[in-house]
Amino acid sequence: MRVLNHPILGKLERKKIVTITVDGKALQAFEGEPIIAALLANGIRICRKTRKRGEPRFLFCGIGRCTDCVMIVDGIPNVRTCVTPVREGMKIETQIGSGKWSTSDAGN
Amino acid sequence: MLETEIAVIGAGPAGLSAAIEAAQAGAKVLLIDENAKPGGQLFKQIHKFFGSKAHRAGVRGIDIGRQLLQETRESGVKVWLNCVVWGLFEDKVLGIVHEGKSDSIKAKKIILATGASENAVSFPGWTLPGVMGAGAAQTMINIHRVLPGKRILMLGSGNVGLIVSYQLLQAGAEVAAVVEAAPKIGGYGVHASKIRRAGVPIITSHTIKEVIGESQVEAAVIAAVNKEWSLIPGTEKTLEVDTVCIAAGLTPLAELAWMAGCECMYLPELGGYVPIHNEKMESTIRGVYVAGDLAGVEEASCAMEEGRLAGLSVAEELGYLEEHEVKRRREEVVERLKALRIGPFGEQRDKAKQKLVQAWQKKLGQG
Repeated sequence: MRVLNHPILGKLERKKIVTITVDGKALQAFEGEPIIAALLANGIRICRKTRKRGEPRFLFCGIGRCTDCVMIVDGIPNVRTCVTPVREGMKIETQIGSGKWSTSDAGN
Repeated sequence: MLETEIAVIGAGPAGLSAAIEAAQAGAKVLLIDENAKPGGQLFKQIHKFFGSKAHRAGVRGIDIGRQLLQETRESGVKVWLNCVVWGLFEDKVLGIVHEGKSDSIKAKKIILATGASENAVSFPGWTLPGVMGAGAAQTMINIHRVLPGKRILMLGSGNVGLIVSYQLLQAGAEVAAVVEAAPKIGGYGVHASKIRRAGVPIITSHTIKEVIGESQVEAAVIAAVNKEWSLIPGTEKTLEVDTVCIAAGLTPLAELAWMAGCECMYLPELGGYVPIHNEKMESTIRGVYVAGDLAGVEEASCAMEEGRLAGLSVAEELGYLEEHEVKRRREEVVERLKALRIGPFGEQRDKAKQKLVQAWQKKLGQG
């Protein structure tokens, strides 16, 4: 659900399209937009599940303060998706609880 | 350890204005922000600002933001983005992480302009995907150009609730209603009229009882509240929405000020705990200044004026400006601030601000 035409801001400027994967599924996104915006544009509404009750969580503050929207990004858990820009080939996963490090993906 | 004359923390309207003012006077200014782009929340404010010509009224926040960034470049302010300030220690030493690397900075003067964050309201279902701050929704539509949902319920009819409702309509979403627990609309009539004309009902004396949904928001149940703010049984009404936005005010982000030992005062009119400061915007810790929403939640116009005050003060303290020059310019800013603090809400804020200044004088005397 992208805002293509806007009465004040005009037409959405063309940006470079990149491919990311979310839970193994390839999706298109704009380079440099926050991960959460790419999720919204693709109709996805979950970032993580809570540790104890497994409840879903998603965007809440949108400015990197509340940490509700953290996910596992390229093997690193607890990445704030509302302030982390999309890059080509980014591997994004729904985080369960506190998440797990995947050292091979993180390049350590 | 790095050194600078002035470190300004937060590159929103207050921080940018403070940095510009001090740098134009000749001081060496380092402006730090944790985000990838400067401007704070200015660039999502696509509406025209209020006030007089001197306040750049009639100009959209986004355009004011562009102008401030240009002045920042022209005045020679050094800007560090993606730089988190995680600590403020004795002798004005800042602990930072800049582009992933730890470091520390020692500054002669520090201006804190860390802003504010949105308040949450908790009701059953408030953690479901689809419930978010009104400011978060505004960021998504106006900056990132994605809709947070298709059909939205707004909680809160202050200016943020009203303006964001209108901007959600502009972005192509449907706004089912605005609910307001108070018996009266909180924001300006002009904003309320705009969304009413667009067919959005503003339902006063009502709040959200619960939000229903399995894995995300599917509906919201609203209900009437009595004078004691309790829900009135039997008045429930279910609205089919996929998104609920919460516009329940803001709280100053005072963590660094607390950490530095700045004395704070609880003033609900200004959003909560606010650092005590004098009319030069200096906190109770000498050399540490505050400006903008951190010094009391107001509008961006006020934040810019307070930033200028703080910038002028530090430039004077460091010897870049003559006393008579500063006095004249400070008076101009104070006049503009006065004009921004009129009307029923403005007067409350003005009184609360005076309390802060009085508290500072009581503690540290006239100087």
